[in-house]
Amino acid sequence: MTTKFQTAASESGLGKSNSLLARLGRDIRKNYGAYLLILPAILYYTIFCYKPMYGIIIAFKDFSPGKGIFGSPWVGLKHFEAFFSSYYFWRLLKNTLSISLTSIVFGFPAPIIFALLLNEIRNMKFKRVVQTVTYMPHFISLVVICSLIKLFTAEDGIITSLLSVVGFEPVTMLSKSRYFVPLYVISGIWQEVGWGSIIYLSALTAIDPGLYEAATIDGATRWQQTLHVTLPGITSTIIIMLILRMGSVMSVGYEKIILLYNEGIFETADVISTFVYRKGLQQFQWSYSTAVGLFNSVINFAIVFAVNQISRRVSEVSLW
Amino acid sequence: MVAGKGNFHMSKIKTTPGYRIFTILNTIFMLLMIVITAYPLYYCVAASFSNPTQLTLNAGKLLLWPVEPYTMSAYQKVFSHSLFLSGWTNTLFVLVIGTVINMVMTILTAYTLSRRGLMLNTPITVFIVITMYFSGGLVPGYLNIKSLGLIDSLWSLILPGAISTYNMIIMKTAFASVPDSLVESAQLDGAKHITILTQILVPLSVPTIAVLILYYGVGHWNAWFAASIYLQTNSKFPLQLVMRNILNSANVNVNEMMGDVGVEDQARYVELIKYALIVVSTVPILILYPFLQRYFVKGVMIGAIKG
Repeated sequence: MTTKFQTAASESGLGKSNSLLARLGRDIRKNYGAYLLILPAILYYTIFCYKPMYGIIIAFKDFSPGKGIFGSPWVGLKHFEAFFSSYYFWRLLKNTLSISLTSIVFGFPAPIIFALLLNEIRNMKFKRVVQTVTYMPHFISLVVICSLIKLFTAEDGIITSLLSVVGFEPVTMLSKSRYFVPLYVISGIWQEVGWGSIIYLSALTAIDPGLYEAATIDGATRWQQTLHVTLPGITSTIIIMLILRMGSVMSVGYEKIILLYNEGIFETADVISTFVYRKGLQQFQWSYSTAVGLFNSVINFAIVFAVNQISRRVSEVSLW
Repeated sequence: MVAGKGNFHMSKIKTTPGYRIFTILNTIFMLLMIVITAYPLYYCVAASFSNPTQLTLNAGKLLLWPVEPYTMSAYQKVFSHSLFLSGWTNTLFVLVIGTVINMVMTILTAYTLSRRGLMLNTPITVFIVITMYFSGGLVPGYLNIKSLGLIDSLWSLILPGAISTYNMIIMKTAFASVPDSLVESAQLDGAKHITILTQILVPLSVPTIAVLILYYGVGHWNAWFAASIYLQTNSKFPLQLVMRNILNSANVNVNEMMGDVGVEDQARYVELIKYALIVVSTVPILILYPFLQRYFVKGVMIGAIKG
């Protein structure tokens, strides 16, 4: 009855029933079937995403499991101050940035170059074999990848032995802090260069063949074609991928590092996220590690936001 | 027509000697890429069948073939390891149940968000997308799982990641691209939401659904970290965590794996067992992979269009 009345009223343009609440009520009654289907997701996000966000307040408390999140006493910024003034702060920041920036500097161009080179392979069968093989490591679990790295770079490992032929000292590479970042970055490229090239290969196929034809008629060499036709053709893809990548500059994943590092090389291998993991889940400094994690996410978000603003202004490409 | 243009383009190129040299170098480079990618995995296979004593003597040498005399003993030890078998069972449980829950949740959510004219869709979308940028973080997430009583339960590996927002958006894009006319005519016939979803949208989105099943499935197969923090009982560990624990230790929990092998042989066997373990846990994915490759690649494209 009410529904009918309201519908009639709104059709006749009477103001009152067009209030937001009334429209919402009608919307829910009309579409309750659709809303029912999304209810599990709303429950999921509430319980598994928003409830932990509420848990962040323990960064400003002295949390103990006995008292619970609510009952633990407030301590203000104590944990943040402790972190900023700790010996580890600068080391963690330096390691996080150096691992992340080295990964970007070497890891970002690698799939682009690989895609450009692969694009020049004219034998389709061979090209497909190369693709199939180089995409493969993407699907191998980190546990296996990191075990391979450890086995191969051990003192008598195969990589160490090959390198000792050209004059490297045969040592367990992961026991030396100076080798950690190179190993981390190179193994990352090994695993992802093929898979990362897919996106660029698809951008390359979208380039109009007529452009190459025109360039050839104008007497452009192959190299000039690459510079003036191919690269501009995939520039927008490169920019989007770079934005996405830059956004994660402060979030070096802990999984691979935890699998690779050891106490002897914390000097270069320990990053903010692994520090949070050790302090929080191994040494049970709940509040302190939550504070460190929160600091990291705030910086992360600020970077994502800044990168997005810059790219919107410079290239009119943005995430939101 | 296009092919004709291509030929024209190619015949022009082949005339310059510089490009011919480049092509040769490029081909060599690609061959090298194949070797660099495939050899480490092949090495594991060869090493795992080798004689442990001989393998130690040959440490650091490139293996083209297992070192004789061949042995299957590493595999026997891996397969007779009790945690290895329970690891497989746990992984299969999480993989199957987890992926089913992932897909149901993803499809239902994507359905509602892909419908037009729902007033609450924008607020719900904001509610969901915020979680892509903010999260409680490691410790609050752990405390949450603890307060839900999921510690040491396999559900702690399934429920916290029940939806990947990214995958859900891919699914939503696929549903939204189904022509309105199909849905509208069904609505005129009085079809309910669940009917429209299961009879029209899902059948028309099979490729995307296949891609997402693979993504979720591979994710479950490879996951180990959540298990390492939430699970306590060894017999509940998924395969990847069992592997990590064995692979991480310098001398494998010797008693369990070695049984009757003498002390001196134990050290030699450790490496062999590690290689066998890597082979056994990686081969299933590598066998399936070539058949599924095109779906995976399609997934990258779908994601890219969305992005």
